[in-house]
Amino acid sequence: MPYLEEHYDVVIVGAGHAGCEAALACARLGLETILFTISIDSIALMPCNPNIGGSSKGHLVRELDALGGEMGKNIDKTFIQSKMLNESKGPAVHSLRAQADKQDYSRQMRRTLENTDKLTLRQAEVSDILVEDGKIRGVKTFSGAVYRSRAVVLATGTYLNARCIYGDVSNPTGPNGLQAATHLTNSLKEHGIEMFRFKTGTPARVDKRSIDFTKMEEQFGDKKIVPFSFSTDPESVQKEQVSCWLTYTNEKTHEIIRNNLDRSPLFSGTIEGTGPRYCPSIEDKVVKFPDKERHQVFIEPEGLYTNEMYLGGMSSSLPEDVQHAMYKTVPGLEHVKIVRNAYAIEYDCINSRQLNATLEFKNIEGLFSGGQFNGSSGYEEAAAQGFMAGVNAAMKVLEREPFILDRSQAYIGVLIDDLVTKENHEPYRMMTSRAEYRLLLRQDNADLRLRAIGHQIGLVSDEEYEKVLKKEKNIESEIVRLENTNIGANALIQKFLESHGSTPLKTGATLAELVRRPELDYFMLAEIDPKMPKLSIDTKEQININIKYEGYIRRQKQQVAQFKKLENKKLNVEFDYSVVNSLRKEAVQKLNLYKPMSIGQASRISGVSPADISVLLVYLEQQRYMKERESSI
Amino acid sequence: MTKTDTIAAIATTMSNSGIGIIRISGEESFSILKRIFRKKNGKNIETEKTHTVHYGYIFDGDQMIDEVLVLIMKGPHSYTTEDTVEIDCHGGILMMKKILETVIKYGARLAEPGEFTKRAFLNGRIDLSQAEAVIDVINAKNDYALKSSVNQLSGGISKRIRSLREKIIYEIAFIESALDDPEHISLDGYDFQLKEKLSSMMKELETLIASSDNGKVMTEGIRTVIMGKPNVGKSSLLNILAGEERAIVTEIAGTTRDTLEEHIFLHGISLNVVDTAGIRHTDDVVEQIGVSRAKDAAKDADLIIYVVDGSVPLDENDRQIIQIVRGRKAVVLLNKSDLGQIVEKEQLENLTGHQVIPVSAKEKTGIEELEKEILSMFYEGDIDFNDQIYVTNVRHKTALMESLDSLKLVVKAIEDGVPEDFYSIDLMNTYERLGSIIGEAVEDDLVNEIFSRFCMGK
Repeated sequence: MPYLEEHYDVVIVGAGHAGCEAALACARLGLETILFTISIDSIALMPCNPNIGGSSKGHLVRELDALGGEMGKNIDKTFIQSKMLNESKGPAVHSLRAQADKQDYSRQMRRTLENTDKLTLRQAEVSDILVEDGKIRGVKTFSGAVYRSRAVVLATGTYLNARCIYGDVSNPTGPNGLQAATHLTNSLKEHGIEMFRFKTGTPARVDKRSIDFTKMEEQFGDKKIVPFSFSTDPESVQKEQVSCWLTYTNEKTHEIIRNNLDRSPLFSGTIEGTGPRYCPSIEDKVVKFPDKERHQVFIEPEGLYTNEMYLGGMSSSLPEDVQHAMYKTVPGLEHVKIVRNAYAIEYDCINSRQLNATLEFKNIEGLFSGGQFNGSSGYEEAAAQGFMAGVNAAMKVLEREPFILDRSQAYIGVLIDDLVTKENHEPYRMMTSRAEYRLLLRQDNADLRLRAIGHQIGLVSDEEYEKVLKKEKNIESEIVRLENTNIGANALIQKFLESHGSTPLKTGATLAELVRRPELDYFMLAEIDPKMPKLSIDTKEQININIKYEGYIRRQKQQVAQFKKLENKKLNVEFDYSVVNSLRKEAVQKLNLYKPMSIGQASRISGVSPADISVLLVYLEQQRYMKERESSI
Repeated sequence: MTKTDTIAAIATTMSNSGIGIIRISGEESFSILKRIFRKKNGKNIETEKTHTVHYGYIFDGDQMIDEVLVLIMKGPHSYTTEDTVEIDCHGGILMMKKILETVIKYGARLAEPGEFTKRAFLNGRIDLSQAEAVIDVINAKNDYALKSSVNQLSGGISKRIRSLREKIIYEIAFIESALDDPEHISLDGYDFQLKEKLSSMMKELETLIASSDNGKVMTEGIRTVIMGKPNVGKSSLLNILAGEERAIVTEIAGTTRDTLEEHIFLHGISLNVVDTAGIRHTDDVVEQIGVSRAKDAAKDADLIIYVVDGSVPLDENDRQIIQIVRGRKAVVLLNKSDLGQIVEKEQLENLTGHQVIPVSAKEKTGIEELEKEILSMFYEGDIDFNDQIYVTNVRHKTALMESLDSLKLVVKAIEDGVPEDFYSIDLMNTYERLGSIIGEAVEDDLVNEIFSRFCMGK
């Protein structure tokens, strides 16, 4: 039977946040790229919360941007409120979060994709992957068309065999009633890919006109907005913002939930998938924290051109009538009208242990994957992986070096290392606590950390790269100046110190020493330092942080040096661990399953103990010893 | 190294002592034994129960070598967790060697130094701090140290360190979870709580570190420095204590130009005695180096023995030394009591603040009093050896001190009002350093360093 056949360098399956980044990266690197989606109208859809960023997720977006990704630029074009979170805490946990106009976000991304050279958009359901001799050869769609390619990136999100559930209602659809993809799972299984079933959920959307905002706390955006993208001119994003609102659940709400738990599909067994512990439904929270008298509910706009509001913190899969009853107990929501019900969604994803750190399948060369398909949750996690998978697919086709970030370089490195190294039994969410070296991996220095790498890959322009080089130089020379500028204990200085509640000087001090005082900072020095150069705010911020937290930064760098030592002890990924005497059985199994790249990675596999690592080190030492002895004979 | 690899070595010292032990470990232990051992009652050794002792003879083919007792231990209930055999034979270097050679001839291979312990460690039988205690048992130079090493071997240190680590990881986890879920976990007032908890952890660390000073005294010996101006009889004294002619003793002032070290046993306690060049103003370059070394040695000393020549008046050089010994643990010896005395005992006691013992190195008088004084200084009341855990290893001590420093930094952070998310850095350092003591933190260069220090047969 005749069928359509086309040839591309790279095929991307899925046009969510992961797929878009993967497609843009490949096309921008000059590869003929085709991007498949079930619905062209749902590109870069935000089917859950209407915001980008947040604690640690904001870091991912900024890192992605520094490397040459699109998410940061897209949210800068489409945000309607922006806020730097955790400003009362240390700079490592500051995090940017912006409310998006969902439709605008999707539209802008579509426009970018449609106007990227070498990128083809195609609405079709991919049903099969084509594999020959352990190598990917392309994909086949449900209609029978074949698309040959040298690499494929799977980014199917929550669409594989998706099912949306609340109470005893179960719809075999993807999010928002979109068509599910029901064929690909079988093809993947046939090629030996191990599948998991995860679930996640979303709260109801309600009509703004039915909310009494007088009973809620208004949440404003920042006065001075910081853009996500290092390429965005900060002045261009200073605009009027809309508010979010905060209200709380109460005992009455909890009582309704508790009384109806038996009707929840989670507890009745209708839902088989594993949900995220860190993004729990309201019924999970009520069960988990029985002593909590109330839980936060954030009311967030879905966009400028709609009255729909998102009820953040109250995702649920309880039956429709229970949802109505429980929402109406919340102050301000007494007369609320639901536009869309809350629901849980179940979908197929993979056991991410099957992937290399490049996000390529260990057993199928040229097949990459990213996003919720890999068992993560969140738009930002998806985008970061999609980008990495896309870049690595491109590197493969271009026969260039693979691109891996380690845990000391980026949150993205932590995210991927966790996914491919640790056992992952629930949707993986990025969190600050997962990054061991977070003081070095701040959102404010993502450009300094990663621009050069993005430039080397070819996704950051010379101009952007030179910008960061200049910034680097400015920071360095200003720190040197501050360390070497002595000031005397004169009246002006003493008055300055007094006005900021700082002890007066007994003898002279350097400007840097003043910055290190807990109650002072670099910005304040402007009052007494006429020679302070004119620098951008973000440059000044770097100078301030680097001087103020110098001791901590130094100690964290020592930790990184220790980490790198083990990371640099490479292991052969073909190695059969059963030949190592004295390794415990469990360790042998785990090591043979994961085939770690380095001693460092091996040490992070659960079930591999420090004693096992010592055994490995002894073994390696012995091998090295024997090899040396052989070669000397 | 393969799984079938069976190792053997002589486990007792290579001396002509009454009894010698040959240890065999590995899968082939019993089958090797079967081929070389004939039980008195003719029974098959392989079918005997574990942990039983058997009487019989070692044969190489038809040739009988020795009459022995054999202890068999089936894995995993042995030190290495492998099948293990110990052959108790008659002592004597020749006999032990012959039996070992026979064992090797029938399929074992000679063990590397420390290989039995290495296997015990690799097989998960002991953790690192226990393994290191084995080194200390081997090297223990006195009975007290042995006691302490045995305590450490039973996991005393491990237990304390483990409990400290648990406390620290709990705090790290709390801070981290509060950062991840600020809605449900509050850090309000946490800094004060943490500060209190830290102060108790720091006390515990300080106790462990303080014990390491005792530990040093026990395993390395009491670091003792003999001081005095030239030609007062320092070297002669050392020779008496050491029981042999070691330092060159002459009548020419300044003969001992460098420091000499000698290990001396004193009723179960070991002294590391450093004989120094006499302190006096000198233009001789070589001797100057010796003098400055003497001063340095005095700085690190646990005990100073100050020797004064009672037959000549005190001078500027003595005054210099008196400056050094005042307020330190020291014994003052008034030497040459066989000659006419110019310096008075009481005068010297007042000047130095220490007890003065008249001795004669030449006639060997007063030596017993000196020994008694040293023993009482270190062991009567000062140090209690019962039920205390001592850190007997420099590596451990360093790790403990670094851990303490890291906790101090957390306290400082709290006092400076540094945000809570910073605490984790130094808490994690403490956690890792403590982990390195018990082998629960992975260190790339550790394992080989440790096992290379073991003795053969252990």
